[in-house]
Amino acid sequence: MADAIPTPLDAGPVQEAKRRVRSKRGPLAYTLRVVVIAYLFFLVVWPVSVVVQRAFAPVDGKPGGIGPLWERLTDPAAIYAFNLTLTVSFWAVVINTIFGVGISILLVRHRFPGRRVLSVLIDLPMSVSPVVVGLALVLTYSTSLGIFGDVLQATGLRIINSTPGLIMATAFVSLPLVIREVIPVLEEVGDDAETAAKSLGANGWQAFWRITLPTIKWAVVYGVVLSAARAIGEYGAVRIVSRGAEFNGETATLLIQNEYGAFNEAAAYAAAFVLVVLAVLALVVITVIRPQESHRS
Amino acid sequence: MSTLDTERPEPAPAQPPLRRRRPRRSTLTRASGVGLGLAVVWFSLLVLIPLAAVVIAAADGGWDTFVNTITDGDTAAAIRLTVAEAALVTIVNVVMGTVIAWVLVRDRFPGKRVLEVVIDLPFALPTIVAGLVLLSLYGPDSPVGVNVVNTRQGIFLALLFVTLPFVVRTVQPVLLELDAEVEEAAASLGASRATTFRRIILPALAPAIAAGASLAFARAISEFGSLVLIAGNQPRNTEVASLKILKYIEGDQQAAAASVAVLLLLVAVVVIVALDLISRRVAARG
Repeated sequence: MADAIPTPLDAGPVQEAKRRVRSKRGPLAYTLRVVVIAYLFFLVVWPVSVVVQRAFAPVDGKPGGIGPLWERLTDPAAIYAFNLTLTVSFWAVVINTIFGVGISILLVRHRFPGRRVLSVLIDLPMSVSPVVVGLALVLTYSTSLGIFGDVLQATGLRIINSTPGLIMATAFVSLPLVIREVIPVLEEVGDDAETAAKSLGANGWQAFWRITLPTIKWAVVYGVVLSAARAIGEYGAVRIVSRGAEFNGETATLLIQNEYGAFNEAAAYAAAFVLVVLAVLALVVITVIRPQESHRS
Repeated sequence: MSTLDTERPEPAPAQPPLRRRRPRRSTLTRASGVGLGLAVVWFSLLVLIPLAAVVIAAADGGWDTFVNTITDGDTAAAIRLTVAEAALVTIVNVVMGTVIAWVLVRDRFPGKRVLEVVIDLPFALPTIVAGLVLLSLYGPDSPVGVNVVNTRQGIFLALLFVTLPFVVRTVQPVLLELDAEVEEAAASLGASRATTFRRIILPALAPAIAAGASLAFARAISEFGSLVLIAGNQPRNTEVASLKILKYIEGDQQAAAASVAVLLLLVAVVVIVALDLISRRVAARG
């Protein structure tokens, strides 16, 4: 009887045979490998490394290196731009996180008329071109030609060409990122624990803070990192709703465009270098979180 | 970054609740009802009303204005160029994306994990930086002596860069799930490598490839940031639709901008539906 169960000894040769199959790669496999590496090298790796190199390169005979790079980044205009980007991204991410967690719980844990329509519409913002996002906000909130223009004019509240508009444009383009991470986790864990907590006398808030939030913690963190990366890098929508002039609604991405357009390439490369570093950082954080998240569930 | 929306169909869970729901149509408590109200108001103010405003602005001038705008020489040329470039980029992505996914799943070599990060980089990089990145190697001061600024090749390159991850990331998980034993069985029954690929692997991958392709196409057709520094915007030569929209907005022609925007949305929807139908046919033929 016992020999019906495959022992490690039986498995040995089979595994070895499999490994041999694996290692027996034809010329095709090597060709594909070389093609893929070359493609990625010429399309992504080399160009990105040239940007990094240019950020540290000497300009107009002045020496390069970290010192001059730092000088370019601490230029008042650059400080203003990064400050604005951080402020706008912070508020957009806060809004999207609160809205995202709330709407995810409502969509997964509750039944109400229109729920299905809402769940489809939620994904819409990411498939709209950034220029169209900007145009849409202008057509709604501009004081001169927006739908709500008269109301805004009367209250004196400015949205377009002002920070609220920047926040709205940024929140728009990154809206579904938190929701997409949280909904699958909520669906997977089910509501047993929450029901149990409530039957033991916990109120809605307690069930949320003690049970729901800890279970979706990593999904929320993941969504926040994705939203932040997207928010910091947004360009198209921001360009339309902002004046984008120096010290006047110029975010980091708009700074890059303006400086490059003004043939001040060193400043553009310096700011781009910071954004490249932030992007790589976000990717690293995401790869660190991912296994943890799947480990939990 | 809209890779995931085709993988996860829609968050509505299983069918059964539908019937059970009838006695109690809503399970909202008062607090969650208020929450839902606030969420819907915010979503309407941020997304629904503005998008409706675009459609209204396009429809405002009537059908004739709409048709006149999009058949205007420069605009029509911009739209044709955009669709053609997007189609070309999608084709390259279908081939290269599948090959990259294949290598990532089936091949083993040192440094493969680095490639994983490299593939996601175009998603993580801001679009304007993507444009600058490509210009630094293939621009005016190119160290390799290639200058793609103000050319259609430049547009092609930028679109290739920003759409790189779509097909790879949709095909990769499917390929991981694919059982190698089926291929071995086909091979042991005498199928050639090409036959195995065509009859076994391709049908299994087709839906994922189509999903990735439609995402790449939709992205390519609406791409803006990475093209600003590269495309050069010469009317009838290197002006793409999104930059034409920008030109209309800056010229205070919002209705015309909205018309082009609506047309782009329509093209994207048609292509996504078409790719879905094609992939179903390939998958069914087996």
